[in-house]
Order: sequence, then structure tokens, then C-alpha cells
Amino acid sequence: MNWIYQPWPWYVAGPLIGLIIPTLLLLGNKSFGISSSLRHVCAACIPANIKFFKYDWKKEIWNLFFVLGIGVGGFLTMQLMPNSRAINLNPKLIDELSTYGITDYSNLVPMQLFSWENLFTLKGMIMLVVGGFLVGFGTRYAGGCTSGHAIMGISNLQWPSLVATCCFMVGGFLMANVILPIILTL
Amino acid sequence: MSIIKKINEEPKEYQERALDAVCINESHLTHPWWHNFKYLAVGLAFGIIFVKAEIISWFRIQEMFRLQSFHMYGVIGSAIAIGALSVFIIKKFNIKTIHGEEVEFHKKEFNKGQVIGGLLFGLGWAITGACPGPLFAQIGTGATVISITLLSAILGTWVYGYFREKLPH
Repeated sequence: MNWIYQPWPWYVAGPLIGLIIPTLLLLGNKSFGISSSLRHVCAACIPANIKFFKYDWKKEIWNLFFVLGIGVGGFLTMQLMPNSRAINLNPKLIDELSTYGITDYSNLVPMQLFSWENLFTLKGMIMLVVGGFLVGFGTRYAGGCTSGHAIMGISNLQWPSLVATCCFMVGGFLMANVILPIILTL
Repeated sequence: MSIIKKINEEPKEYQERALDAVCINESHLTHPWWHNFKYLAVGLAFGIIFVKAEIISWFRIQEMFRLQSFHMYGVIGSAIAIGALSVFIIKKFNIKTIHGEEVEFHKKEFNKGQVIGGLLFGLGWAITGACPGPLFAQIGTGATVISITLLSAILGTWVYGYFREKLPH
């Protein structure tokens, strides 16, 4: 039973995530996708007479149950079977992050950046608010995120999803290697 | 029924909902609302995998975008492999849902949004260390400040909807 408290390797996690695709399809004809949930929240709470949000969101309510489950799953895992050892990272990353004063690896997110105290600093504002905005705006503009495009779209052999996935990666490489080092030294 | 034919035949609401969505989920069966708990259960499993495999770790995403670890490539790559195999098997053997419905797949049309939006999302992904799914899981693990990131992502989606007609597609 030791494996429950160990971090799971990619060759266990990846195939399990892949199996979510047939599970959702066979349970009720649902295509795997997460970013749409953000749109359904807009449609449900603040449609504001915008055409893009004027649809019957209740028909997609399964998606909101799905993301709620993800949150509850994260909570239960931390309570019942957290990873027993600290995250095992590439030493090069640890060296680089230490130059920005990031040394706390006790959480899945760096608490020295993502904390309520940091929210009202320039760096915190960019990381939490601007970052979140780009995720929400970008995924909807692209028509999907890692789940809908990279995993579901490519699995269904849709070439526009492959294009989108390549663009995700280009944006990510640019941010992590060029722009983020500037933000982190603010 | 092909998706194009369907969009032309179905009422306007369906067309609105289909805009810029990877998927539109139209079951022809109606179920009581508590049937949605099965999707909550699948989400729960997903949340557990997210934490146990450190997929929602900001650090793992930084490693991925610096080519310092194979972990995330292995996760996404093997998920696609199993997903593609599953889709192939479902199509090949015409496997029905547990309610006996035909499984529907949706074509994705190319538009400029996948490039521009994709780049913008990539920038955000490397800052927050999270795509939309992990945001929910991170909040669940107790990083409550990520709820601000989630709200901001919802705002970003809303602003996209507001300016949608003016943006190149």
C-alpha cells in the first residue's frame, strides 16, 4: 500500500488521464474538456446580454460537476494520502529559482509567490491576476485548453487542436524562459 | 447525423453554445439532475491523479517549459496515446454509451483564434503553472489564493465573450 503515499510516475498518471476520455464518452456522450466550465460560469452568473453567453448553460451542467469533483479530489488527496516525500526537481531549476528567492518547496505552488500577502504586490498581481486572465481569455479564444485540445482534440485526430497545442507550448516557452525571469526579479 | 447538418437544423441556442467550443454535449436523453454525480466522481479521480502525479505543481510546469524534465511530456503524451486508442476502438467497433446512445465526435474547424489564443494561454500557463483543470485542484489542496486566479480566468473568459465579434478569427 506504499504507493498510495508515493508520488505517481508519469506512466501511471498519463494512461489514467487518457482513460477519462472513453469514460466520459461512454457514461453520457461527454467530450473531455475543462476550460468550457469557465464559459458556463459566465453564462450562468454574468451573461450581460452578450451573445456568446446567451445559451442554455444548464445543458452543460455536467461540466461544472466535473470541475467541482476535481477540487474535491484535490482536497481529499491532501487530507488522506498526501505525497510523503518532497517534490524531486531538476537541480538546475532549484538553482535558478533560488536566485529569485524561491526556496519553499513544501507546497505544490510556491508559497513565496502565491499567497494572500503577495496578492497586492506588483509581482503577486501579475502572477495571480494577469496570469489567470491570460488563461481564461486565451483558452476561450483558442477554443480549448490542454484537456480539450491537447488531449481530446489530438486523440480525435483534429489537426487544429495540434496547432493550438503547439501554440500553447510556444507561449509557455517564451514566458518561462524570457518574460518570467523579468517578472520574478520585480 | 453530421455536426454541420445538425447545426443547421437545430435551434439557434445550439449554434450559440457551439461557438468556439471544442465540444458541444447534446444528449438526446434526459436524465434526472443527480445523474451528474457520475461526472463529479470522474472529476474526483482526476483531482486525485493531478495531486499524486504532481501535475498541478507550479514547479513541474516550470521544468516542462525549460526542458528540464520528461515528467509532464510523459503524462500528456501517454494520455494522448491512450485517448487516441480509446477513440479508435469506440469508432471501429461502434461502441455505444451505457444508455445505448451512439457516441458523437466533433470536428474542429481551424481559425486564427487557435494561434493567437493559444499563444496567450501559453503565456498564462507558464505564469500560473496551471491550465484551467489544475486551478480547481490547487484550490482544493488549500492554496486558497488561487481562487483569485480562477476568478480572473472567469473574467478573462467574459472579456473574450464581450470583444469576440471584434477579434480576428
